[in-house]
Amino acid sequence: MDDIKTFIGKLEAELEGLTPGSLTPETNYRQMPEWSSMHALILIALAETEYNISVTGDDLRSCETINDLYALLKSRTS
Amino acid sequence: MAIFSVRGTQVKGIAACVPSAKEYNRDYDWISEAERNLLIKTTGISSRHIAGKGTTTTDLAVPAAELLIRSLGWDKNEIDLLVLVTQSRDYFLPSSGVILQDRIGLPHTCASFDIGLGCSGYVYGMSVVASMLQTGGFRKAILIAGDISTVSLNYKDKSAYPLFGDAVTATGIEFNPGGEASDFNLQSDGGGFEAIIIQDGCVRNPPSDESHIEHEVEKGIIRSRKNLWLNGMDIFNFSVREAPKNITALMNFNGTTEKDYDFFVMHQANLLMNETIRKKLKIPAEKTPYSLKDYGNTSSASIPLTILTQCAEAAQQPRRWLLSGFGVGLSWASCSLFTDKIICPPVLEL
Repeated sequence: MDDIKTFIGKLEAELEGLTPGSLTPETNYRQMPEWSSMHALILIALAETEYNISVTGDDLRSCETINDLYALLKSRTS
Repeated sequence: MAIFSVRGTQVKGIAACVPSAKEYNRDYDWISEAERNLLIKTTGISSRHIAGKGTTTTDLAVPAAELLIRSLGWDKNEIDLLVLVTQSRDYFLPSSGVILQDRIGLPHTCASFDIGLGCSGYVYGMSVVASMLQTGGFRKAILIAGDISTVSLNYKDKSAYPLFGDAVTATGIEFNPGGEASDFNLQSDGGGFEAIIIQDGCVRNPPSDESHIEHEVEKGIIRSRKNLWLNGMDIFNFSVREAPKNITALMNFNGTTEKDYDFFVMHQANLLMNETIRKKLKIPAEKTPYSLKDYGNTSSASIPLTILTQCAEAAQQPRRWLLSGFGVGLSWASCSLFTDKIICPPVLEL
């Protein structure tokens, strides 16, 4: 599993319209004005292809910050 | 396990008919321009063909089948089997496949019926046709697959409206006793039936005044119980979890690897989802054609439409195909198919 900085870098590369450096571990991504269900799908695809980890809609709803999300993925890393 | 092998199936030709009217997702003004750009990039869908009011699945199926028969030089009297895969029949009853037997001008000796599947339907339909042909009791068969999906969509539902297009395909299949085997892996999980659903209009929930009342589900999603509902996140999770497993099991069954196939043709759901499946299976991008850009998600027509529009030239040589459909039901299936030469007349616009 990548460190959180690399993870954020990959997220920013995938999520359309975000300027590099705009995401931090404390960012509440679901409250971002540009956040949409399409971004949620991009995030799920990233987890599948980069880390081979399945993330559901419920998982995403249980996370608030990028840190929460990173911790969730890390907990599922075998 | 529904993993099995069928001998003697020979796909001879594929034809398709789509409505001439197109809609472009860049013009979909229910959402902002930024959302539209993200939608087009993520789904890979730029435009879709939309049937006019009153145009039905059989209205597109008849010209597609006639074009197929003409292109193959078939005698209609030799066609013993017609299978229609659709979820948008002309009538509650009778089956539209039976109506097509007459409208296409096939003989009364032709067996015809419907299969009510969507995204997985082409592979399921192929398995049924192949199994029946294998008995030796049928000479030639036509597998018709497609839907008028847009009739059930609500413009004010951004989660479904910009994804679907209308198309109907006709595939001509012959029995060739010496031909290579086709292998199938069919699966289903009705526990997920609500992931893609039209709630009202059938026997469980007959149509009522309430069926047409629109509800705002969330921002940008307004729909009624007569409209198609799509839980994108659940379908995404299901597809990227199950489709690769299904395909891997098929390849274990017939002892093949990705390298044995010339093309991997998936149901055209959306680019992000399909690419996630492709990457999980480590299948090269150049083996994975898409028709999403110009046609969107065309339900059970999407696999043959992709072969026809993206692989017509390549299909003139012997090829091995890996086909995979997944979605509404939940239902999913894959198929390994060898073809010698597929006649591919240009897509007909009506």
